[in-house]
Amino acid sequence: MIRRHAFALLAATAAVAIVGGLAGAAKAAYPERPITLIVPWGAGGGTDATGRILGSLMEADLGVPVNVVNRTGGSGVVGHSAIAEAEPDGYTIGVVTVEIGMMHWAGLTDLTHEDYTPLALYNEDPAGLQVREDAPWSTAQEFLDAVAADPAGTYKASGTGQGGIWHLALAGMLQAAGMEPDRVPWVPSQGAAPGLQDLVAGGVAVVPCSVPEAQSLMEAGKVKSLAVMSAERNPTFPDVPTLKEATGIDWKLGAWRGIAGPKGLPDEVTQKLVPLLEKIHGSDEFRDFMNQRGFGMVWKGPDDYRQFMVESDEALGGVMKGLGLAQ
Amino acid sequence: MDSAVWTALTLVFDPYVLTVMAVAGAFGLFVGAMPGLTATLATALLVPVTFFMEPVPALAAIVATTAMAIFAGDIPGALVRIPGTPASAAYVDDSYGLTRKGKAEVALGTSITSAVIGGLFGAVVLAFTAPVLAEVALGFSSFEYFWLATFGLTCAAFISTGSPVKGMVSLLFGLFIATIGIDIMAGQPRFVFGSTELMGGVSFIPAMIGMFAVSEVLRWAIGPRNADLHVRQKVGNVFRGQAAILRRYKLGLARGSVIGTAIGILPGAGADIAAWITYAVSKRFSREPEKFGTGHVEGLVDAGSANNASLGGAWVPALVFGIPGDSITAIVIGVLYMKGMNPGPMVMINEPQLLYAVFISFFVANLLLLPLGYLAVRFYGRMLDVPREILMPLILLLCMVGAFAINNTLFGVGIMLVLGVIAFVMEESGFPVAPAILGIVLGSMIEQNFMQSMIKADGDLLAFFERPISAVLGVLTLLTWAFVLFENLRRRKPREPVAPRASTTPEE
Repeated sequence: MIRRHAFALLAATAAVAIVGGLAGAAKAAYPERPITLIVPWGAGGGTDATGRILGSLMEADLGVPVNVVNRTGGSGVVGHSAIAEAEPDGYTIGVVTVEIGMMHWAGLTDLTHEDYTPLALYNEDPAGLQVREDAPWSTAQEFLDAVAADPAGTYKASGTGQGGIWHLALAGMLQAAGMEPDRVPWVPSQGAAPGLQDLVAGGVAVVPCSVPEAQSLMEAGKVKSLAVMSAERNPTFPDVPTLKEATGIDWKLGAWRGIAGPKGLPDEVTQKLVPLLEKIHGSDEFRDFMNQRGFGMVWKGPDDYRQFMVESDEALGGVMKGLGLAQ
Repeated sequence: MDSAVWTALTLVFDPYVLTVMAVAGAFGLFVGAMPGLTATLATALLVPVTFFMEPVPALAAIVATTAMAIFAGDIPGALVRIPGTPASAAYVDDSYGLTRKGKAEVALGTSITSAVIGGLFGAVVLAFTAPVLAEVALGFSSFEYFWLATFGLTCAAFISTGSPVKGMVSLLFGLFIATIGIDIMAGQPRFVFGSTELMGGVSFIPAMIGMFAVSEVLRWAIGPRNADLHVRQKVGNVFRGQAAILRRYKLGLARGSVIGTAIGILPGAGADIAAWITYAVSKRFSREPEKFGTGHVEGLVDAGSANNASLGGAWVPALVFGIPGDSITAIVIGVLYMKGMNPGPMVMINEPQLLYAVFISFFVANLLLLPLGYLAVRFYGRMLDVPREILMPLILLLCMVGAFAINNTLFGVGIMLVLGVIAFVMEESGFPVAPAILGIVLGSMIEQNFMQSMIKADGDLLAFFERPISAVLGVLTLLTWAFVLFENLRRRKPREPVAPRASTTPEE
């Protein structure tokens, strides 16, 4: 008797617990607490700016705070590791940038795109080809001819760190033009702005950063852009031809940014965040922001984004091997 | 042009804009006074708020926040030896030394008045010469920056107290710390021992908090309990006696303001470097250099004016060429784009009132510093009434929060504790800490600019003297070195060697 009672009691307790648990789960739909959005680059940069606007627009919709946290350093390794190593519960996501396809080739980390759950790709900025306004070349072809004619190392380039995206863009272009990829030696800098300053100061001959990054110096009459390394011209800069139009060389490369979470995000989370990100991406606020800052807008959902990262990884690995930067 | 100035005046002297500036200023004071929370972070936090503002109040809010935050960094520096911002680190031994002598009032009052004067000077100079100066600043390449940073290193020779050899060892230790992490030239990790966190390098803020504040807490914990060196004191009217101090050091004040404005305008060199160089120059030309580092007002006046004077400078290349002078102006450029105004020379032609509005905002913000700074000092001054047994653990707690906040990781707290212990051992053995901090500040700047220059010049060292500005800076730096060497040799002969003494060892 006692045993039966005990069993019944146990069963009842279990039933209550299960029902209660279900009810609890149903009530606490994702997200029920603040979300952390990790930005692997410093405050003030483009990744930070786009991450913060996405964060504030997500916050407005989700009704929970979205805290943007800068985890900088180690050429992006620190922040990217923090995103990948977070608990895959949807409460830690982050901005994953083009460097995820470069760091592992350089031997800095074992992390690859496979360590993430891709959510959305929202931005891509193709490389450009900027020279001083008073430079003797008026087209990309003239520049390439000069590089081919003069001894290797005559011209120097800058605009990011050693093996950074703009370095690879330039090296890949030279390779595609049939020259050694290091014929224009790279002067590492801490970003496009210091590189452009050095260009104007006469320290280097070319800065292959994205065209919008050079916009104010172009307006100042200090810098001109000879080409953009993409399939189409940038609508904001209709006079800057694509590299293929200018030289016939079919070489495209750009920096990109997307939102991703750690590997194994539950469906509940992706089904909430992906439509939300798509809605934000189509909103006027986001569009105005991106256009005003000159950031290129693209949209790729989880599957396309995953495929995109695979291709990006292969292209970057190819250039880095050619440069001897891969390990 | 006059009408643009007039328009700018009416834009800034609007009740709404002035209110925004006062609120933003109070916010900046709070953030700047918290160790580990920087002026950059304060600005980044402000950005979402500026979405809803017109351009002028948005910029004025950022100006007010940064001006207050840089000053507020002096408050915890003076009271408990935790410099709130790197710019305050240069003279923290003097401001804290004054507090130990029972003169916290003098230290804080001097911080306020010299910051206000330096800030006003910078604003006026920039308002009249911005476009010309921006053109000069744009001519600086890695060669020029290398010499500037090397000259900064020379400052170690002036700022260290006691034995020159120990000062040099301390400087080299700082330079070593600066090499930890990914080498930005070759992209290779150095001294990281497989740690992902160390790849990011040793963050400056936790290092600074550890070396100044934690070492101070340790010294208190180990020192004799009854010999409490802190004098009970009230922080009352901080402006008492300021007129006399300012009159006495008017030359230094002018020098600090000029150096600060000049260095501030160069992209990549900011308030931190301005404060260190000014402090060293001030000591070199002082009539009583032996008092520096022990609680002397002179360096405080000079460097305190320099770091506020430098703030406005960074805005010039940012507005005129879209090249950010520091991380704060990088955020400002973002805000400008958001408002549909692309920084560049077109700003000068299309919207000159905007540029003037920024400088008028600097002017107003620095004037606001007088009342707001006074209130803040009254508020924080109560810290001195707290018994040491309660205050010291609280300081340690604050240090941990600050070291954590900079990168949101416990790793920062670890760095802070390790460097705190190292700094404690160094000071107990007579090694000054200030040169090590200087090494950490300048290390990467020197390395990077040297390597960049060498790549550009294909390894030709003479390239450092080929560009005119670079040649002048180089010759000046080398002459200074020769002079320091010569002076040391001459001094060594007749006199007995002086017993080395830690920079913060109390006089009594």
